[in-house]
Amino acid sequence: MASPTQIPVQLTMKDFKSDQEVRWCPGCGDYAILAAVQSFMPELGIPRENIVFVSGIGCSSRFPYYMNTYGMHSIHGRAPAIATGLSASRPDLSVWVVTGDGDALSIGGNHLIHALRRNVNLKILLFNNRIYGLTKGQYSPTSELGKITKSTPAGSADSPFNPLSLALGAEATFVARTIDSDRKHLQSVLRAAAAHEGSAFVEIYQNCNIFNDGAFDLIKDPDSRDQHLIRLEQGRPITFGSDDQFSVVHPEGSFGLKVQEGGTPIVHDAGVDDPAYAFALSRLSGSDLNTTPIGVFRDVRRPSYDEIVRKQLVDAQAGSSGTPEEMLNGLLNSGDTWTIL
Amino acid sequence: MAAPAKRVEQLDRVVIRFAGDSGDGMQLTGDRFTSETAQLGNDISTLPNFPAEIRAPAGTLPGVSSFQVHFADYDILTPGDAPNVLVAMNPAALKANLSELSSGADIIVNTDEFTKRNLAKVGYTTSPLDDGSLSGYSVHPVALTSMTVGALDGLGIAKKDAERAKNMFALGLLSWMYSRPFESTLRFLERKFAKRPELVEANKTAFRAGWNYGETTEVLSVRYEIKPAKMQPGTYRNITGNQALALGLVATAVRSRLPLFLGAYPITPASDILHELSKHKRFGITTMQAEDEIAAIGAALGAAYGGALGVTTTSGPGVALKGETISLAIALELPLVIVDVQRAGPSTGMPTKTEQADLNMALYGRHGEAPLAVIAPKSPSDCFHAALEAARIALTYRTPVILLSDNYVANGSEPWLLPSVDELPDLSVEFTTAPNSDDGKFLPYLRDPETLARPWAIPGTPGLEHRIGGLEKADKTGDISYDPANHEFMVRTRAARIEAIQVPDVDVEDPDENARVLVLGWGSTYGPIGAACRALRQRGLTIAQAHLRHLAPLPANLGEVLASYDKVVIPEMNLGQLAHVIRARYLVDAVPFNQVSGLPFTAATLENMLEDVVKNG
Repeated sequence: MASPTQIPVQLTMKDFKSDQEVRWCPGCGDYAILAAVQSFMPELGIPRENIVFVSGIGCSSRFPYYMNTYGMHSIHGRAPAIATGLSASRPDLSVWVVTGDGDALSIGGNHLIHALRRNVNLKILLFNNRIYGLTKGQYSPTSELGKITKSTPAGSADSPFNPLSLALGAEATFVARTIDSDRKHLQSVLRAAAAHEGSAFVEIYQNCNIFNDGAFDLIKDPDSRDQHLIRLEQGRPITFGSDDQFSVVHPEGSFGLKVQEGGTPIVHDAGVDDPAYAFALSRLSGSDLNTTPIGVFRDVRRPSYDEIVRKQLVDAQAGSSGTPEEMLNGLLNSGDTWTIL
Repeated sequence: MAAPAKRVEQLDRVVIRFAGDSGDGMQLTGDRFTSETAQLGNDISTLPNFPAEIRAPAGTLPGVSSFQVHFADYDILTPGDAPNVLVAMNPAALKANLSELSSGADIIVNTDEFTKRNLAKVGYTTSPLDDGSLSGYSVHPVALTSMTVGALDGLGIAKKDAERAKNMFALGLLSWMYSRPFESTLRFLERKFAKRPELVEANKTAFRAGWNYGETTEVLSVRYEIKPAKMQPGTYRNITGNQALALGLVATAVRSRLPLFLGAYPITPASDILHELSKHKRFGITTMQAEDEIAAIGAALGAAYGGALGVTTTSGPGVALKGETISLAIALELPLVIVDVQRAGPSTGMPTKTEQADLNMALYGRHGEAPLAVIAPKSPSDCFHAALEAARIALTYRTPVILLSDNYVANGSEPWLLPSVDELPDLSVEFTTAPNSDDGKFLPYLRDPETLARPWAIPGTPGLEHRIGGLEKADKTGDISYDPANHEFMVRTRAARIEAIQVPDVDVEDPDENARVLVLGWGSTYGPIGAACRALRQRGLTIAQAHLRHLAPLPANLGEVLASYDKVVIPEMNLGQLAHVIRARYLVDAVPFNQVSGLPFTAATLENMLEDVVKNG
């Protein structure tokens, strides 16, 4: 099986900081994510040279410059495609894609869904701030319907994507959500994503304090979060609330899940093969964040694209003999040939 | 049966066109006839011509598919202008091709299809077989369908399958007429229908019936022979441009010792390269059918970043979509081969017809100052060598290279003298594995002083971790830079990098050594231009021919070559794109000659035009 080389090396957070000055706006949620990733990386035990961060365009996509690994800051929306070519041809690497809501869901939507359906061995971190930051404040594909921005003075007429529902619809094998400001939770999700073979899709709610400040306050603010934030934990009943008074239940005769006070909560299992379960979980939250699950929604095993491609190569090479030059000579001389003396 | 003795005539060359409905198997018939002809040692050039529709309505003009083969006892350069023989499987095939035949041409028609209904479909009110309109031709009416069905009687074949074998009857007949060796066709049928032995028997029987019919019928009184051509000793195979290009890419993988990664999205007329390469995984070749053109080149670029030879194959519409990623590759200074099998545009245009109108896009079609290398093959077999040359430039100079093939060379075929593998260029590369500055740091944009190429340090190399991207980079360090002087320097350096690429001088063919007119071409027009020049010289006129393989950078001696002639003529299948380049760059009053019909130039068209220039200036 193709998997990144796991050589135990003693690295620290400092080893993952590049010499470049970090240039996000002061107070940006990206700083917290960067620090969380840098301090998590040593835990992987993967040598820095075998780690690659690939990004597209947008504020989040500056990320690779700040990681002292290999990295490519590419073009808008195309990071999953570029990372697919890298991952499929280099199974020894641990390839991470850093993207944003505009990059991944708008201009790059096609590449995202196809990377997920192929199950390419990529860890995709989508920083969702529900706004275009680098172009200074237009609405994004995750902005709320009716959102007033520079490009929508009368309110956005677009219904937003639910990124997790989209990823699940695209046959993603690993889907999770976390929050920029909760380092412990963020790292627990990264840990699970890194351990996943195939595409791991992680949505990170990230605050843009310039153009969309406070977008996630409802589930961050200590006064309100317990009433709205649902922490998914493997094997545990799904309950939440200041007194754990709310349950996520599966009403009889219903296709989906719902939140109610009391009742018998369902027990969370990210390994359920039927994506309908994770999809139902993803539908609990909408633009209003009123009941928002975080954690790993889905984590199932399916052969990765890289594995299948690699196997075809290995099988073809096992069935052939001779030096490459001899094989080429045989190929050129195949078919109907004739000789002139 | 005692057959009447047939007269045998010697010919030096013949052009045959097989034409029928899209479903009649004309491409296959032409391919087989070509293969038989190759076995015999004639020189050959072929031209398929088919609609983009897979099955246009049966019996209509848009549904006509044809295959032309020109063969001779000397070396030839084109598939021929006017066919000497037309095989017309139905009235539409006759009507669509009649005007292009040479006078007095032989026409073999399948009379079974000349029904009232089929005639009406293409606007014939009376049958051309009966109304005297074909009196200028030698018409041979043959009941192809019914004779095929009759020959297969008793084999237990469904009538529909029996009728479908009529192309093999036609092939058998033509193989007899031109004394072709047919063993390879029988072997081919065994391979093709290996899973349905009854169809092997049916098609072989139909073929033999066609052959025997030729021997016995009084419709045909003459049999022809064309002696083998004098060709360079060696082993040959007949090859199309797309096949040769794919094999060239396999050869680049072998000679560079790199894994090859092809990212491609299906598009006519380039898809065959993807099909062919996907069969050769044993050479360490990965092919990915991507979700779109952008992902196809993106994946190839990602693989190149990881140390593979990245390739993407497409046609004009695909290159348009790939533009932004090509610019990224230029900024990243990574090797990448982009194959554009040109077709008639703009937009969807005519996907199965040829054109050379993507030259401007290849040279200039990107935002910013974004130069790259551009090369073009001149014939089907030359696509093999062009692929190696594209890879050489990409790997040596760490740059994207656009290879401009077109539908004419991609689907046309010719005999190919197989190269010796050991004599192919060595394309091996060395990745950078150690820091390259005195202070022990790695500078990703520190250049080789000669090639101006930057180091190729691939992920997995300890100590060389670095970040690259589309933002402007500082010289040497590759750090993000908005410094005005640095940008000026980097833009000029990227241009200088391409100009620094070593390409061979352009050769001039001027056997009389006193020509005053030079005809300059590029890409697939080599054959018709060469044939036209030859014809003029045979008539005592002098003309010089030069043909460009490298469009960017241009050969160093080109200015000098252009300056040594009174007149420079540039025929192109576009509205003068190379002519613009030449006029702008060399201040030469080059005369463009342009055709954008979707068809290649005929040698006669160019001969007439060039004769006028040579005689009248």
